[in-house]
Amino acid sequence: MEESKLIITITGIDKVGIVARFADILAKYQVNIEDIRQTIMQDHFVMIMMADFSKANSSFQEFKNALLALGKEMDMEVWVQRKKLFDKMHTI
Amino acid sequence: MSGITSQYILETIDMIKLHHLDIRTVTLSLSLRDCISTDIKETGDKIYDKILKYAAKLSPVADQIEEEYSIPIINKRIAVTPISIIGESCTDKDYVYLAQVLDKAAKAVNVDFIGGYSALVEKGFTKGDTALIESLPEALKVTDRVCSSINVATSKAGINMDAVLKMGQIVKQTATTTADRDGIGAAKLVVFCNTPNDNPFMAGAFHGYGEPEYNLNVGVSGPGVVRAAVEALPDDVEFGDLASKIKKIAYKITSTGELIGREMAQRLNIPFGVIDLSLAPTPAIGDSVANILEAMGLEKCGTHGTTAALAMLNDAVKKGGIMASSHVGGLSGAFIPVSEDAGMIEAVKSGSLTFDKLEAMTSVCSVGLDMIAIPGNTSPETISGIIADEMAIGMINKKTTAVRVIPVPGKDVGDYAVYGGLLGEAPIIPVNKYSCSKFVNRGGRIPAPIHSLNN
Repeated sequence: MEESKLIITITGIDKVGIVARFADILAKYQVNIEDIRQTIMQDHFVMIMMADFSKANSSFQEFKNALLALGKEMDMEVWVQRKKLFDKMHTI
Repeated sequence: MSGITSQYILETIDMIKLHHLDIRTVTLSLSLRDCISTDIKETGDKIYDKILKYAAKLSPVADQIEEEYSIPIINKRIAVTPISIIGESCTDKDYVYLAQVLDKAAKAVNVDFIGGYSALVEKGFTKGDTALIESLPEALKVTDRVCSSINVATSKAGINMDAVLKMGQIVKQTATTTADRDGIGAAKLVVFCNTPNDNPFMAGAFHGYGEPEYNLNVGVSGPGVVRAAVEALPDDVEFGDLASKIKKIAYKITSTGELIGREMAQRLNIPFGVIDLSLAPTPAIGDSVANILEAMGLEKCGTHGTTAALAMLNDAVKKGGIMASSHVGGLSGAFIPVSEDAGMIEAVKSGSLTFDKLEAMTSVCSVGLDMIAIPGNTSPETISGIIADEMAIGMINKKTTAVRVIPVPGKDVGDYAVYGGLLGEAPIIPVNKYSCSKFVNRGGRIPAPIHSLNN
């Protein structure tokens, strides 16, 4: 189900608990993490998750708002986007 | 993540966040041909009801998709059948009333602009065409979101010089009736040669005769993204490699438009029309076509080499973009609207970019002399001469060209016209002081050109 795949990108200053706290929200909303990558780029922590939204127990907007709220609290930049965007833009 | 690397994801986010990648417009194109009646009120009611029926979900669905993809959709718009036709059967040809109906409907469904207050008169005027054109100064004064386009020339029909003369007067009057807002009425009025039927951009959008009942056309934008890509290349990269880089970026920009357009069309349950590949600048710093030309190696946009740089840019954007979409149409090229492009404004202020150079540039790009503020005391005949020149470029080169100039009431060279929003602001640019009055007053039509011996 490509339709329900999301890419969640989280960037900011590295600190304790980023992965745990964001993963906690995904679990709460029944959004499955299918892949996760993290790296440090120019002193910035970057975490990219691919998640499946098909069994989520809320609307997209509600889920996105929860992630953005946590991003604000932890001073991290958060992007939640449908994966189709990247597939379409970067593959022929 | 099945082929999508972290680098691609971060690149996409940078394109949106730092370089202003956005969908400039999603435009619902809608036929109003079934709204024709002999009673103007009944026609108005039918128009209003039909727009509300078909466009009610346009804005909410666009907002929803914007959230899900985190791609800004800057404008939601509607394009309708040229209103000159729709009002023509009415006993009382009160076109201003129809313009007000369009404005009211646009506001009710929360779209930014509605285009199609238009007439196609390249070979002559019908009664409806004449009435609509005469109504323009008042119609564009009493409405906020209505846009108008008048097609006065084609490569097959030649140039209707009676219409060119008339439109010089109408542009002047329209600016005068909106003198309190720097002549903004004229910013919503464009005169065309070879106008396309499926253009999603304003002020020229309308629903053409050969179009289906309704469909969705999308205009993308991305000068900032192209500029960043060109700037990232070493200064001595040769032209083949430079063009190749632009093509790749244009592919990415257009793919995004195609995705968003198809997604919207599917959710609205209407057919997808075309992607317009145009590079449309915004007044935001860096989101400028002029800045791309400067990144290619020009000290300032407007200097020698500018036309060549623009020709290459325009062609590379089309080549890259066309592969990303199954249906491309509209204007599809780089736009050079002066007031809407911070780099163009700067180039005019510095004296590098002149009216004549802008005219030369329009021969190799989309779409024409666009959003250029000229002195308020410019005569209607001079405006007609400006239109005639631009129509000639389009007619001979078999391309779309257009004129959207604003003779800013009470202002002169050195002053500024300020419109705000996407329309931006513009320094008043000087025009040639010698008269073309005798020429434009001859009347009749410039015959259609020969389509061989292309020299």
